[in-house]
Amino acid sequence: MSLDGLLFQALNGLAGASALFLVAAGLSIIFGVSRIVNLAHGSFYMLGIYLAGTLAGGFGGAFGFWAGVIGAVLVVAALGALTEIALLRRIYAAPELYQLLATFALALIVNDAVLYLWGPEDILGPRAPGLEGAIDLLGRRLPTYDIFLALVGPAVLIGLHLLLARSRFGRLIRAATEDREMAAALGVNEKVLFTAVFALGAGLAALGGALQMAREPASLSLDLAVLGDAFVIVVVGGLGSIPGAYVAAVLVAEVKALCIALGTVSVGGFEVNLSKLTLVAEFLVMAIVLIVRPNGLFGRPQPPARVAGRGEPPLRPMGRNGGIVALGVVAALALLPLAEGAFPYAPVLAVDMLVAVIFATSLHFIMGPGGMHSFGHAAYFGLGAYGAAYAATQLGAPTFAALAAGIVAAGLGALVFGWFAVRLSGVYLAMLTLAFAQIVWSIAYQWEAVTGGSNGLFGVWPDAPLDTRAGLYLAALGGALVVVLLLRRVLFAPFGYALRASRDSPLRAEAVGIATGRVQWLGFALAGALCGLAGGLFAFAKGSISPEAISVGRSIDGLVMVLLGGVESLLGPIVGAGAFTLLQDSVMRETDYWRALLGALILAIVLIFPGGLMGGAARLWALATRRAAR
Amino acid sequence: MSAPLSRFRLRLVLPALLLAFSICGQARAADPIRIGELNSYKAQPAFLDPYKKGMELAVDEINAAGGVNGRQLELITRDDGGNPGDAIRVAEELVTREKVDVLAGTFLSHIGLAVAGYADKRKVFFLAAEPLTDKITWSDGNRYTFRLRASTYMQVAMLMPEAVAAQKKRWALVYPNYEYGQSAVDTFKKLLKAAQPDVEFVAEQATPLGKLDAGPVVQAIADAKPDAVFNVLFAADLAKFVREAQTRGALEGVFVASLLSGEPEYLDPLKGEAPVGWVVTGYPWYAIDTPEHKAFLDAYRAKYNDYPRLGSVVGYTTIKSLAAGFAKAGGTDTEKLVEAFKGLEVAGPFGPFQYRASDHQATMGAFVGRLGVKDGGGVMLDPKYVDGLSVLPSDAEVKALRPAAD
Repeated sequence: MSLDGLLFQALNGLAGASALFLVAAGLSIIFGVSRIVNLAHGSFYMLGIYLAGTLAGGFGGAFGFWAGVIGAVLVVAALGALTEIALLRRIYAAPELYQLLATFALALIVNDAVLYLWGPEDILGPRAPGLEGAIDLLGRRLPTYDIFLALVGPAVLIGLHLLLARSRFGRLIRAATEDREMAAALGVNEKVLFTAVFALGAGLAALGGALQMAREPASLSLDLAVLGDAFVIVVVGGLGSIPGAYVAAVLVAEVKALCIALGTVSVGGFEVNLSKLTLVAEFLVMAIVLIVRPNGLFGRPQPPARVAGRGEPPLRPMGRNGGIVALGVVAALALLPLAEGAFPYAPVLAVDMLVAVIFATSLHFIMGPGGMHSFGHAAYFGLGAYGAAYAATQLGAPTFAALAAGIVAAGLGALVFGWFAVRLSGVYLAMLTLAFAQIVWSIAYQWEAVTGGSNGLFGVWPDAPLDTRAGLYLAALGGALVVVLLLRRVLFAPFGYALRASRDSPLRAEAVGIATGRVQWLGFALAGALCGLAGGLFAFAKGSISPEAISVGRSIDGLVMVLLGGVESLLGPIVGAGAFTLLQDSVMRETDYWRALLGALILAIVLIFPGGLMGGAARLWALATRRAAR
Repeated sequence: MSAPLSRFRLRLVLPALLLAFSICGQARAADPIRIGELNSYKAQPAFLDPYKKGMELAVDEINAAGGVNGRQLELITRDDGGNPGDAIRVAEELVTREKVDVLAGTFLSHIGLAVAGYADKRKVFFLAAEPLTDKITWSDGNRYTFRLRASTYMQVAMLMPEAVAAQKKRWALVYPNYEYGQSAVDTFKKLLKAAQPDVEFVAEQATPLGKLDAGPVVQAIADAKPDAVFNVLFAADLAKFVREAQTRGALEGVFVASLLSGEPEYLDPLKGEAPVGWVVTGYPWYAIDTPEHKAFLDAYRAKYNDYPRLGSVVGYTTIKSLAAGFAKAGGTDTEKLVEAFKGLEVAGPFGPFQYRASDHQATMGAFVGRLGVKDGGGVMLDPKYVDGLSVLPSDAEVKALRPAAD
């Protein structure tokens, strides 16, 4: 590779960087002000490219392309405002992260809406009039549109900077970013501000999408593909830092361009195809940056929230009556296989629900009482699954030994990743866990010899007595019971109090002699190890395991289960996992547009019970007892 | 039901009970043959929407003609969630609750392999319609799994004569970085090296599926100065690649052989920008003059007022294959059906083909041609049908490739 070639690829990278930056900037602004983890951001991007293509075709002519871009931005910005007013505004009072659940549901609905409106086929938009060609540079041809894109990024950056630094609107945004309560106390109309910010963010995402219309077809998978990138850029740059986001976008795009440019290189006699590294390049960059600079490249430590919400009420043991009810439920569940003759599908579905229960309960342990929002819990699910599958198929281990191997693999993984993760907090921690999960995923995806590559491992069937549907179900039930009871026991032991103290007030916890870092680390490792059991059971239930078990989608499913059930209750993850699995299983059969239906149902739950199902149940219970007392 | 249900358990399971009754009732009334079909309808709508239409057309035709062995066909389709975990649950649901006689479908290779493993374990007949991976009939092949579509190996082998005839020395390879892309490229390298030992592979770009960085990748290939390119990219990645290559003039004068790019699913979105001169495998529905295809084309257009995609052919032929199998087996007994499928002759829109007894692979072929542009859309020029049997390894060679199965 010549120097010319590398230089030229660096120029290519700048065009890619602009594309990344535009999506990330909107996300960064929304998060900075409203603290909403907006999972629908990729959907706004996707709507942008679809709308721009349609509008450009509608207007026609040389003017049509640009009119299409502007039209798409305006429409999506209006949709963003509508989303904020109609949906998010109703749930700002809910515990942190519930807005995530709402935007997740919204993303599901938007995806199906786009399918309904534009059909399943990819749509390749028009080229930009006047910018179709290429110019000669360094003996190669650089598309003029790439030059245009490479300039758009910095232009938007400067525009946003001026907006934020010089205008009154910008000052208000910065004030709200720094200290929401103080801004409100000084008479700033928060509602209007939030709506405007959300519209601005959505519009920027749409701009990013619309400008891609000349380079790639609109397709239904764009929303998720872009979302991950956008989060990486925002976090690498440092939350709330727009210039940081641009630098991060350049960094990621250039690393990728370099990997592609170098192609196959030989290192110490080995042929390494660096282009394969583009699969995880952005997540590797993010992991390294976060380990070296815990607040991203340009981020400052987040100002501590003046009033940390209303604070979570302390956990209470269940009490005698609760125990009796639980015992009854467990006994009933243990009898389920007797009904297999009449309901042969029941044990099958129940195994999936129990696996989800273990997954969600272990995640809840670190998310709720631990206060560490892991966005990459699937890593430990996957390590457990692959550990068990590898032990069973390659080493010939009996089923129980293989399950143990899975737990050990997941526990070791959590021990290593947890050591890095607990050094961070808030969204940075969440994103580092996500990066680790993506790295584990990419290893499973690529390491053909051990993990079976993208296809995974097959023939992972359990031996007797677990090889029947009922046998496996009872094993899963036993496993889920052990995990739930163990985690509950730990939470009411001194370690659990120390964990909750570390979450509620790290300073005071340190002052009374709790090594908060170590407590959180061990808590993280314990949750990871137990999650490994879920993975192992999953592999045996399916007879196979593939990299999807570690995908972002599974991590998000876990978050959704915990939030759906209620993060402030120990029963929450159990109810949430059961409900989500059951819901998904039944809506998938109901309609072709099952994603939208699932999204609508989740949205309904979020709006009716902003604290999750258990939160709602607790409120109803409180209401009922108060009535009775009167 | 043997044991009386306690009231408690009854309440627990009442909703499921009602559902089960309603289904049992239906099953007894008509006693049709039940085909359980699962596929990634949500994840791959562009291919599977026409596929479903193809299936429904075939079911209607067969039932209108009196069914198979006097029994009607009943098709029960399910979304497999786009991942193997959900797919196995759905397969279990079809088998246990819906009591289907056979399983069919799947698109993505890892899901196909997972369901094949399940079929082997539970001894259920499974016709894998779409998945291309060689493993499903060879290294991971099993007694209960058959596959309809021409495999990755076959698709590559169909392009070989043209690739060899082009007499190019410096080849660049670009492929999506997962098993399909990897195995296509491995097969291509092996076959080309065998035919043309002095060939040199000057660049190899493995790109993340669905997330191609088109600019840098096209430039890296151009910088390697190849005189031929083998492409495995498809769908959105293909469109990005083609547009970027045209803008940069990166592939001017370069011979390109490309897998699947002539399938309407992937070719039509390119419209007038279809890359002229590429040698591709695909489905030129507008240029097939056989009576079998004409009948299919007319029936499809009459029913849906749209032209068929390759998915339509696959869906249609899947059902036709199963019907032929039921007829030959004289029923739906799984073991008899497996035996019936060995060497089963089927008449599809591409003409007659068979399911090989040696590796359970159908010999339905595909078309090879050069891309051109006509009336603002991409078309395959002078397409030639390549019979699947002509590119498959012999039964003896297959024995070595297929260790575990009979």
